Parts: sequence; structure tokens; C-alpha cells
Amino acid sequence: MIVILLRKRKTDIFNTPAGRVFDVFNFVIMGMFGFMTLAPFLYVIGGSFASELELTTRGFFIIPREFTTEAYRFIFQTGTVINSMIRTAGVAVVGTIVQLMFTFTFAYPLSRPNLRGSSVIIKLIIFTMLFSGGMIPTYIVVRSLGLLNSYWSLILPGAISPFNLFVIINNFRRFPTELIEAAHMDGCNELNTFIRIVLPLSKPIIATFTLFYAVGIWNDFFSAFIYITDSSMWTVQVVLRQVTMLSATTIDTVVEGILDVPEAAVKLATIAVTTFPILCVYPFLQKHFSKGMMIGSIKG
Amino acid sequence: MEANSVTSKLGGTRENEIIDKKRIGLWKHVRLNKWLYLMLVPGILYFAIFRYAPMWGIVIAFQNYVPHLGMFGSEMVGFMWFKEFFTSPDFMRLLHNTLALGVLNITIGFVFPIILALLLNEMRIQIYKRCIQTAIYVPHFVSWTIVASLTTVLLTSNGGFLFELLQRIFDREIHVLTDPNLFRPMIVIQGIWKSSGFGTIIYLAALASVDVEQYEAAIIDGANRFKRLWHITLPSIQSTIVILLILNCGSFLTTGFDQIFLMTNSLNRTVADVFDVFVYNIGIGQGMFSYATAVGLFRSVVGIILIVSANLVAKKADPEAGIF
Repeated sequence: MIVILLRKRKTDIFNTPAGRVFDVFNFVIMGMFGFMTLAPFLYVIGGSFASELELTTRGFFIIPREFTTEAYRFIFQTGTVINSMIRTAGVAVVGTIVQLMFTFTFAYPLSRPNLRGSSVIIKLIIFTMLFSGGMIPTYIVVRSLGLLNSYWSLILPGAISPFNLFVIINNFRRFPTELIEAAHMDGCNELNTFIRIVLPLSKPIIATFTLFYAVGIWNDFFSAFIYITDSSMWTVQVVLRQVTMLSATTIDTVVEGILDVPEAAVKLATIAVTTFPILCVYPFLQKHFSKGMMIGSIKG
Repeated sequence: MEANSVTSKLGGTRENEIIDKKRIGLWKHVRLNKWLYLMLVPGILYFAIFRYAPMWGIVIAFQNYVPHLGMFGSEMVGFMWFKEFFTSPDFMRLLHNTLALGVLNITIGFVFPIILALLLNEMRIQIYKRCIQTAIYVPHFVSWTIVASLTTVLLTSNGGFLFELLQRIFDREIHVLTDPNLFRPMIVIQGIWKSSGFGTIIYLAALASVDVEQYEAAIIDGANRFKRLWHITLPSIQSTIVILLILNCGSFLTTGFDQIFLMTNSLNRTVADVFDVFVYNIGIGQGMFSYATAVGLFRSVVGIILIVSANLVAKKADPEAGIF
């Protein structure tokens, strides 16, 4: 897909005066949009290294005049944010594995033409894309399973996304049948075929969805917010909201004996710290989702 | 026939299995392919428990649900909650808010990625184009909590940079975060900032599959840039646009919980309250499970009606169009 996007136009008809004006216009407009997309992040990074004084007095900047790490020291000292990040990372790891297992194991049989009842099951799955029980009934189900205040409430209710499932089913359907038949000939049952042949050859799509699921769990605010009320279990998004939007920067300060909290800087630093993992993962995301979009077409 | 059965037992080729499907009978078929059916079990359990069981839970909307009595113990009250909802002032307020945001998102929010994609498509310098793309995809992967935090930090009257900037431009204090009149523009702009960059991908993929020869033929025929855009580029992404539009119509009334909930406060609540946030506040917040479920059911049903209608309309215009 990147190759297609990079294809150079051989035709030379864009060099009319109007064409050139448009090109400059396009250059500037898209540049502005790109800048406005990144500017808040740059401000956050720069500002998190700035002193409280500079933040409250100076306007927009990317490089602070006075470089200081007091905000980060505060965050690491009090530990609320960092601990929530570690907890959330743990949930993301376990959750991603569980969700991958559920989705891929379910997709394989549904992609086999010799499975009776597959069309019925698929129709039932499509129905769930159109209609759902809703927030409250789902909440009641989760509660009656005893999953409130359990990290499983962040993993299980969303274990299989129908859309992702269909992308993977499509992908499995396109798998060369000769390989599968050869495996059958060699005495593999379907499970072995799946584990030993199909999965190893599906590494790209597994990588894509590993990223999707992990990012999904990390970014999830809604489930974490409604299912987990124990503040010692709060995940990163909930803590982030507490710090930046409810100004709860001073939760632990009394305990730690810190008197002067650089509030604005701490808020920016918290945003920076919680965005950092996503930005690290971003280059891999970019590589994979372009492939991912081509794998599952819209009308598939 | 016997020869076929023997080879099937040895796990032979698929053709034998398909031919024998009708003759084998259900249980033998399941036994032969037992691993496939076993692999279905976790998925079926998941959909049964977390997707279909809640649908049964909708019964609560017609009951006076009390948690410790459960679904089977609570008394049925018919359409009482629905009557109460439709006659309450909340109904018009929610409908008004949700529809207003929905319309704004369908128009401005939907068109923006298309325009961006068209502009990107016209970009000459490929390296620059790739850089811009890398930049504009970022907000999509960041959580709504981060977006809301960024918005709050930039617009806060407590020294937020954008707050000061607006103050300098308009010569007065503009409280975007709390002013009910500015809530909708803020939400739409926030949505565009987060999603339109990534939204260009689908359109760029469709644009990339347009035949270059069509463009060259058009140029030979003397078409200028706008004519090419109108007659070749737009029609080629037409079906993509229609499909995405239909999908958007279906989620018209959903207006994502995260974004609205995070940006709502006591000062802009009158404008900010949409169905999903209301359902949360009344249901989980105040424990009025039945009432909240009734509201949620109303929302789901209207959503289906919208998506089916949109699909029908699209099919009337062009029989090939639509999702189903």
C-alpha cells in the first residue's frame, strides 16, 4: 500500500500556473494541518520539562527556557501514575493473549468450508454487530459473573470483536488449500494443522492484531471506569483523567510530605508519560495497519 | 460407498468429506471434524454470554428490576418506563443534543477526511506526503482520555495556552470548556482532530485504485484539474463514500461515550447530555437499571431503523450500493 501511495505520476500536466498555485496551497494547508495535529504533543513534551513559573507566564512554546525535571520527579516519587501504567501493561499483556486466542481459534473453523452450521453462526455474529443488549444489561451480566473490580472485566466482554473476526476469517479463507490438505495427508488433525501450519504462516496478521488489541486495552477508559471502582486498581486512563481533569495531583502529597506541587507541569508530564508507550508502538502500528486494511476489504 | 467411508475415516481428502456430507449424518460429521467443532466452543461461549445474554437482559426495561430479586423475580411493568421517558423533559433534551451532534458529525465530520484524502492525493512531493500522513494518523491511536486531557490543559481558564490565545484574538474570555454554546463546536473540532487523519486511509486506498489511464485520457481530452476531480476522482470513490455514510448513519445516535462523558461538566450538561451518557448516569450512577435499559433500548432500535433506512435509500439510488 505504501508502494502504491508513493507511485510517481508520470504525467506532466500539473505545471500550469493554476496547478502550481494549487500545489503551494496544498503544501501549506496540509502542512498546517499536520502541525496542528502534532503541536499539542510537542507542547506537552516541552512543557513537562518546564518550570511551573514558565508555564503560567509564557504562551505557547516547544523548548522551555529553563529545563527542569521536577514534574517527572514528582510523578516517579508519588508513583500513582507509574503504578497504574504497570498494572495496565500487565492487563494488556494477558488480555491481548486471551483475546488473540479467542478470536483466532474461533475464526479458523468458521473459515473452513466443510463446517456445518458455519453460515448460521456467522449470521448470528453479524446480528450482534447491528444490535446489542446495551450498557446496562451488559453491566448486569458482568456483575453477576462476579467480574466487577476484576481486571477480567476489561478483557472478557470485548474478547472477540466481530469486525476483527471477519477480517481474520477472510484471511484464513485465502490460505492455500494445498498446504492444509498436505497436512491432513500427513495425519494432522485440524487442531494440529491450525497450530503447526496455519498459525506460523499467519505471523503478519497475528502481529497486526496483537498491536490492535494491546492498544485497545491500554486506551480503554469506559470499561475500566464503570467496572472497577477500587481506586487501588485504577488503570492508566482513569488515573490520567483524575490527574489532568479533576486536578487530583495532590493525592499522595500529604503522605510524602511534598509541599509545592508544580500542578500544570505535572499534568503535562502525566500526559507525556501515559502517551509515551503508544508513541513507541506507533511505528509498528503504522507498518501493520496499512497491510491490515488491505487484508480485509470493506465489502468483504 | 464403502470405499468412500473408509477413506473418510482415515482423514482423506476434502472432496470425500464434502460428497459424504449428506450421507454421513450429523454426529459422524462432528466426530470426524471434532477439533473444528471444539475450537468453536470458546467463541460460542463468548457470544452467548457477553453478546446474547445481555439481549435477554433487555427484559429489564419492561420490569421494575431489583438487583437482589434478579430478572426472574422482579415484577413486570410493561411500557411504564417508556411512557415516563417520552413524557419527561429529558427526552426532548437528549434527542435534541444527540441529533445535533449526530448531524454535525455526519456533515462536517464525515466530509473532512474526504477533503483531506483528496488533497493528499494531489500532493506532488511524496516524501512530504508521507511525513504529513505519519503526523495525522497519530491522534487516532491515542485514547480519548488523552485527547480530553490535552483539550482541558490547553483551554483551561487557569492559564491554558489556547485560552490565552483566544482571549487575545477576541478580546474577551472564552470559556470553551464550560460554555454550553461552544460545546458542540468543541466536540466536532476535537473529533476532526482525532479521527479525520486516520479516516483518510480508506479513501486514499480507493483513490489509489483508480485507473491512471482514465486521467491521461481526460487530460488529452482537455480536462483541467477540477473537471478531472469531478468526473473521474469523485465517482471512483463514490461507492466507498456511500458505504461509510451508511455505517455512520447507523452509529448516528451512539456519539461515543468516552468523548462526551469526559468533556461534560456541570456547566455544559444541558447541551452535553446524550443518550449513552444519560444511560450511564441514570443506570449505573443512580441505580435505576430498568429506566436506563428502556432508554438504551430505544436508542438501539432507532439505530437499527436508521441503518436499514439509509441502506434502502442508497439502494434506491443505485442497486449496487449499500451494505445489505
